[in-house]
Amino acid sequence: MLFELRDVSLARGDRLVLDSVGAEIHRGATAIVGPSGSGKSTLLRLLNRLADPDAGTISYQGKPLTEYDPLALRREVSLVPQLPALLEGTVDSNLRYAAGLAGKELDAARCLQHAGLDPGFGSRDVGKLSVGEQQRAMLARALAQDPQVLLLDEPTSALDHDARDAIEATLGSLRAELDISLILVSHDPEQARRLAERAVRLKAGRVVACGSLAEALA
Amino acid sequence: MSPSISVSLGQVAAALALVALAVAISFWRRTDLERDIVVATVRSFVQLTAIGYAIKLIFEADTIWLVVALLSVRVLFGALTARSRAKKVPGAFWPLLIGLAIAAASTLGLVVALGIFEATPRYLVPVGGMMIGNAMTASAVALNRLGDEVTESRAAIEATLALGATAREAAAPFVRRALRSGTITLVDSTKTTGLIFFPGTMVGMLLAGAEPTDAVRLQLILLYLLLGSTAIAALVATGLAYRNFFTPAQQLREPD
Repeated sequence: MLFELRDVSLARGDRLVLDSVGAEIHRGATAIVGPSGSGKSTLLRLLNRLADPDAGTISYQGKPLTEYDPLALRREVSLVPQLPALLEGTVDSNLRYAAGLAGKELDAARCLQHAGLDPGFGSRDVGKLSVGEQQRAMLARALAQDPQVLLLDEPTSALDHDARDAIEATLGSLRAELDISLILVSHDPEQARRLAERAVRLKAGRVVACGSLAEALA
Repeated sequence: MSPSISVSLGQVAAALALVALAVAISFWRRTDLERDIVVATVRSFVQLTAIGYAIKLIFEADTIWLVVALLSVRVLFGALTARSRAKKVPGAFWPLLIGLAIAAASTLGLVVALGIFEATPRYLVPVGGMMIGNAMTASAVALNRLGDEVTESRAAIEATLALGATAREAAAPFVRRALRSGTITLVDSTKTTGLIFFPGTMVGMLLAGAEPTDAVRLQLILLYLLLGSTAIAALVATGLAYRNFFTPAQQLREPD
């Protein structure tokens, strides 16, 4: 098992964003689905300790998350946020930065190819990319750290139909080529069906279903 | 240096004619500033007269401890004033207080150690006040900018943290911009000094009958000290304050 969540709660002000969440997330591809405001993105951010819950425990590979060094954890469990936020400079300089943080040798062409970009893309200035291209560059940057798990927050929400299909195809081939687990947040159950084998369904901060797609999205 | 000149209260009162002119312009052009001009005039009279007597006492007592006490109070009020300009920075008071204290202590320590000024109240009180005042403005501007930058760039900072960068690495571009904006005003005004305006110390010395070369040299010393003290204060304040945006687990804190 990859992640196990027990009685996880988190409040923002007076609002309970996550309410006694319990879930098991296995290797492979898991979708976290639910309407907006149901706590999906918040849950994702807890998995690489961009935030900590107020109560409850989360373990990763059998060990409580709090026992991991947060920096090392984030390089192994890499989060790609909903809105692209690259550092100023070229795509290559972003990839180098990420690989450098993780202490990995950078194979830029390979990372770009896995993200569906050709090698010439590396020299492009990030300020001149479309949102779809930035989203792919964010994916390539995360891959430059050679992570075990990719956390994807609504990876296609800012994109049109064609760009969405292209990113989904990229994620599909990524899984076929790399030994990597995906946990993706989506408000769209159809996307979950296309990309994942398992799902966690949230509603108003509570888990209403967790398991295979058939069970969770019934 | 030339002997100091004395100014009578009558001369000060005569200068009020210009204040009356400012009030008249405000009334005539309806800028609605008459009351503020009068308040500013009265406050400046009361505050400067009070500080004048306080300095006179300190000069006569001629003890370094009174100087330290006066400058400490100025550092404290400087930090409180600057904090009100840095509302978006959590816990801004301590970084500001430490920044101002280090800037004042290091610049004054250096001028005494290098033999530029004697360690007497006559030099340390006015120079210290000038250093603290400018350092306060620079660090307030820097922290104000830091608060705006971090608030507007939460997504970018979290995206960098998500790669396993430390808080220091994720905040670095914003800290750099904040530091730059805190120090650039004085750098720019130093570039144009003498061309567009005469700085206050030089004006004061010329009016008091000093040789122009002495006035210029003293002014240059003060300008260089100011560049140093504002840079130190802004560096320390931003270098400490950015940490308050993050938790020990390198997470960006939720805004209040």
